[in-house]
Amino acid sequence: MNIHTAMRQWPAEGLTRVPYWVYSDRALYDEEQERIFRGDTWTFLCMEAELPAPGSFRASNLGDMPVVVTRDANGGVHAFENRCAHRGSLLCLKERGEAREIVCVYHNWTYDLTGRLTGVAFRRGIAGKGGMPSDCKPEEHAPRQLRIALFAGLVFGTLGRNTPPLEQYLGADHVARIRRVMRAPARVIGGYSQIIPSNWKLYIENVKDSYHASLLHMFFTTFRLNRLSQKGGLVVSERGGNHISYSMTQDVAGKEYEQAGLRSANEAYALEAPDMLLKSVDEFGDGIGLQILTVFPGFVLQQIRNCLAVRRVVPRGLNKTELAWTCFGFTTDDETLAELRLRQANLIGPAGFISMEDGAAAGFVQRGVAGAPDALSLVEMGGSGTASEESRVSEAAVRGFWKDYRRHMGL
Amino acid sequence: MNLEHVARIADLNARYADAIDADRLEAWPDFFLDDGRYRITTAENVAQGLPLSLIYAASRAMLRDRVRALREANVYEAQSYRHVLGAPLIANVETGGLRARTSFMVARVMRTGETMLFATGYYDDRVVLDAADGARFAEKTVILDSRQIDTLLAIPL
Repeated sequence: MNIHTAMRQWPAEGLTRVPYWVYSDRALYDEEQERIFRGDTWTFLCMEAELPAPGSFRASNLGDMPVVVTRDANGGVHAFENRCAHRGSLLCLKERGEAREIVCVYHNWTYDLTGRLTGVAFRRGIAGKGGMPSDCKPEEHAPRQLRIALFAGLVFGTLGRNTPPLEQYLGADHVARIRRVMRAPARVIGGYSQIIPSNWKLYIENVKDSYHASLLHMFFTTFRLNRLSQKGGLVVSERGGNHISYSMTQDVAGKEYEQAGLRSANEAYALEAPDMLLKSVDEFGDGIGLQILTVFPGFVLQQIRNCLAVRRVVPRGLNKTELAWTCFGFTTDDETLAELRLRQANLIGPAGFISMEDGAAAGFVQRGVAGAPDALSLVEMGGSGTASEESRVSEAAVRGFWKDYRRHMGL
Repeated sequence: MNLEHVARIADLNARYADAIDADRLEAWPDFFLDDGRYRITTAENVAQGLPLSLIYAASRAMLRDRVRALREANVYEAQSYRHVLGAPLIANVETGGLRARTSFMVARVMRTGETMLFATGYYDDRVVLDAADGARFAEKTVILDSRQIDTLLAIPL
C-alpha cells in the first residue's frame, strides 16, 4: 500500500458500499493506472481479425498508456508501448495500417515489428562529427514490451510480471462463454467510439449492473417486446472482476416479437416494423438471446441476438472514458445473417435503442456526486455477496468488481 | 451546373434540418420515400469499406419507429441541435433523381445551456425530385468526420 491509498479507508460495510471519492480522486486514478492497467491484469487490445496480414498494425491502449499491436512477418502478434526510446514521441500515428517497420517521425529512429529498436539516425554522426557516444545504449530505453495472449480470436496484453496465464485469469466459465460466441473466424463489420462523461469505473459498473437493464432501458418494455420472466442468470468469477449476464430467448425463431407486435397492435405503444429491426436467428443453437460478458478491468464481449461486439473501456482522464466499439460477424456469414447483424446494430452504440442511455447514466452519477466525495452508494440488491445466481435483479457483479478492484489497489 | 437542381436540394435539406432543429421529429420520416433508406456512419467505416451504421433504417416505417422510441421509450436529457449546412454539390444526375453531397455542422445545446460542436460531416443523398408530393430522399447517408460521439446520439442528424 502506498501513501495515498493508506490515507483512504474503505467503508466498514464492505462491498455493499462504494465511497464516491473513487470517481473523483486524481491520485487514485494515477494509482489505478499503475496497479491495475499496467499491473497484473489482462487488457483486451484488439481482435486478431484487425491484424489480417504480416505487417498489420493497430493502435490500442493499456489504460492511459498507448500501445501498438503488430503482426510480424512470421504471423506472430506483438504489442509494445507506443513511445520512442529517444524522446518519448508516439511512434505510430495511425489507428491501423500495414508497415514493414515502425519509424518515429521525430528523429527517424526505427523499430522492427516486435518493437525492437533497429536504427538510430546519424548514430555515428556525419563525417566523424556529432553522433552519439559509443557507450550510449539506446536499446536499453526501448519501449516496454507487453506479454501477449491470444484467445478465440481476441488479443490480450499485460505488463504485469505476475499476471496469471490468460485462461486461468478468465476462469472456466468465461473460457466457455467466450468460445461460445467466437464460434468461427471473426470478420470486423465496423466500429465507433462513444465518449462517456464519467470515470471509467462508472461505465464498467453500469455494464455489470444487471438490475438496471429493464428499468433504465425502456425500449423493450415500452413496446412490450420482452418478457420480464425470461430465464437467465448471472455468473461472477471467483475473484469477482469477471462477470457474465445472460438470458434465454423463449422463441428462438423470433416469433415472440411478431406475436408481441400483433398483441400490442391495438395498443398505444407498438412498433410499426419490429421485424425489420429485431428479426434474428439462433446462430449459437442454445436459445441464449443475450449474453454480456466482462473481463477485469475493461473488456466487454456482447451478444444481443445476432449483434456481436467487443468494447474496450479506455480511461481518458478522471471524468472521461472512451468506449471503443468494434462490431463483428464471421467469415462464414451469408448475406441474410450479415444484414440481420447490421439491422440489430440499431440496438447498440451511442444511438442504440437499448444502449444509448448507458453513457448518459454514468455521467449523471459523476455529476450527481460532485459535492459528496465521502458519501456512499448502496449496492445491496441481491444481498451482500458476489456469488453467481439465477436472478439478475442483483448487484452481485458490481460487488464482484469492487472485490477485485480492492484486491488490486490494496484498499 | 443546373442551378435549379442545386436550389431544390438545398431547399429539401434546409427544410429537413429545420424540422429536426425545431423538434418536429414526427415530420422527419416524411422527407423520405416509403422505402427510403437512412444511415449514419463514420468516415472511418466508409474508408475501410465496412458496412456498420450507428443508425440504419431501410424504410420510412423504421424511421417512424425511431421517433416513437425517442418520444416514448428512450431516456435522455433534454437537448436540441442547430444544423448549419453547406452548399449542395451535385455529384450525379441519375434517372429520376440526383445524387448530391452537402456538408453539415451540428451544435448540440443541452438543457443546462452547455453548447458544443457535436458533429461534422456530410450528407450523401439520393433525391427523387418528382415524388408524389415533391422532392424526397430515396437514400440519405450521414457520414461523420469523426469516429467519436459524445455521450449519446439520440436525435437524428
